[in-house]
Amino acid sequence: MLDVRGLKKVYEGSGRRVEAVRDLTFAVGAGELVCLVGPSGCGKTTLLKCVGGLLAPTGGEVLLEGRKVSGPPPGMAFVFQEYGRSLFPWMRVGENVGLPLRQKGLSRARRGELVRDALGSVGLADAVRAYPWQLSGGMQQRVAIARALAYEPRVLLMDEPFAAVDAQTRADLEDLVRGLWRERGITILFVTHDIDEAVYLGERVIVLSASPTVVREQLKVDLPVERDQLHTRVDPRFAELRTHVYEQIQAAKKGVVAS
Amino acid sequence: MRRALLRLVFAVALPALLVTVWWVASAGSTDVYWPPLRTIVEAFPDVWTAERLRGDVLPSALRLAGGYALAAVVGVALGTAIGSYRRVRAVCEPVLEFLRAVPPPVLVPVIMLFAGIGDTMKVTVIAAGCVWPVLLNTVEGVRAVDPVMAETARSYGITGAARLRNLVLRSASPQIFAGLRQALSIGIILMVISEMFAASNGLGFTIVQFQRGFAIPDMWTGILVLGLLGFLLSVVFQWVERRVLGWYHGLRASARRSP
Ligand SMILES: Nc1ncnc2c1ncn2[C@@H]1O[C@H](COP(=O)(O)OP(=O)(O)OP(=O)(O)O)[C@@H](O)[C@H]1O
Ligand SMILES: [Mg+2]
Repeated sequence: MLDVRGLKKVYEGSGRRVEAVRDLTFAVGAGELVCLVGPSGCGKTTLLKCVGGLLAPTGGEVLLEGRKVSGPPPGMAFVFQEYGRSLFPWMRVGENVGLPLRQKGLSRARRGELVRDALGSVGLADAVRAYPWQLSGGMQQRVAIARALAYEPRVLLMDEPFAAVDAQTRADLEDLVRGLWRERGITILFVTHDIDEAVYLGERVIVLSASPTVVREQLKVDLPVERDQLHTRVDPRFAELRTHVYEQIQAAKKGVVAS
Repeated sequence: MRRALLRLVFAVALPALLVTVWWVASAGSTDVYWPPLRTIVEAFPDVWTAERLRGDVLPSALRLAGGYALAAVVGVALGTAIGSYRRVRAVCEPVLEFLRAVPPPVLVPVIMLFAGIGDTMKVTVIAAGCVWPVLLNTVEGVRAVDPVMAETARSYGITGAARLRNLVLRSASPQIFAGLRQALSIGIILMVISEMFAASNGLGFTIVQFQRGFAIPDMWTGILVLGLLGFLLSVVFQWVERRVLGWYHGLRASARRSP
């Protein structure tokens, strides 16, 4: 479904040259939920923007269903790290969610239906008429997720979407994402720096090294598909996996070569 | 209800006080140039008959509306173009700074040279003076579009006219309105000045006529009419602004509550 081959991104500008991503190669299968973890500043956002066609890679390529990505492809939705700045404050929640659909050329009735559905599934059905700034941070992020869902993407890219919400909301949102993934069969690439979150959510975890960034390890999460906050997190296998990823990240920070 | 009443009292208190001071201070005045306010008020209905309103105030208002509308359209259009492209900006900026520094009334004799002394000249003068604050504020507003919002729009395929309408102009609207507000007061000044130079009707023309004919109380009534016109326009402007920028005031208020 999604192929990243030899991806390299160098930022040039104002006399500084930053090699954010050196050489990344991995694939995401159709309908898979993959989590990307890595130390802060290792280029996760950069990678995701390259995948989403928002940034042109310096080297290598990204293929979506065999076709090279050279701009934001239709059928792909992005949930940004800075949720507060990704909703338009001059539009009500409903309009925010509906705008990309209008752009797609859907009929008014169909748009209304999708918007209601998406907001309903994130538990914000009655916030349609509110402005984003009237909502709490967690609610805003849910609106951003609803916007992505209403778009009916085949691929969903999420960049640390829960980094700024409280623990309880976060747990709810995690379950929401897993639920939606199972219901709708979308392909999800989920970036986080939270190891527990990566293991809890993902079917597979890709661990990135510190900058200059390469793939350090890919790990299959062999936990049952049915997961819940209470039991999964105390599962001994969960503990093993998270310990393993934790060690990898620690080693990555120190720059030890993967064994 | 009580708060609304209180606000009304606050709004009216100072003007009422000033009028009272003027009334009392000028009460016994025998100075020809400084007639008692009472005389002015008494002259008012005789001078500003329906015919005069139609013959002088209406033409002035139409010139102002024409020049202001022209400035708004040109200012926003050019400002958006200049603000959107770095290259265009680099070329235009020095020229803009120069043109802005020219005091607008100086334009009157210059524009008279090629636009004659008719309505075209007056509308041109008003537009030429009003366009700068609109243009420069639009440039700033368009430049300041949040990069995360811009990327959001791009990732959802919101480009071209839809991007302009839903993102760029909306995001710049607070600055555009700040420019429009400055332009409004400049417009009134230029309306009067252009009519003082060369005209056969209009508010500025009438006031000068009264002054030349030593109809001093009548001249004062003209000044009162100008003041009232300015006040009325500012009320209308505020009403429009509150409707269009409701989101912005709400956003600011919510940002103040939780920084
Ligand atoms: N627009 C840019 N111009 C120059 N350098 C940049 C730019 N964006 C990111 N970088 C640099 O690239 C590197 C990777 O940044 P990136 O935002 O992709 O990291 P990240 O893994 O998402 O970090 P975090 O976990 O904090 O979100 C950093 O060193 C950063 O300074
Ligand atoms: Mg990031």
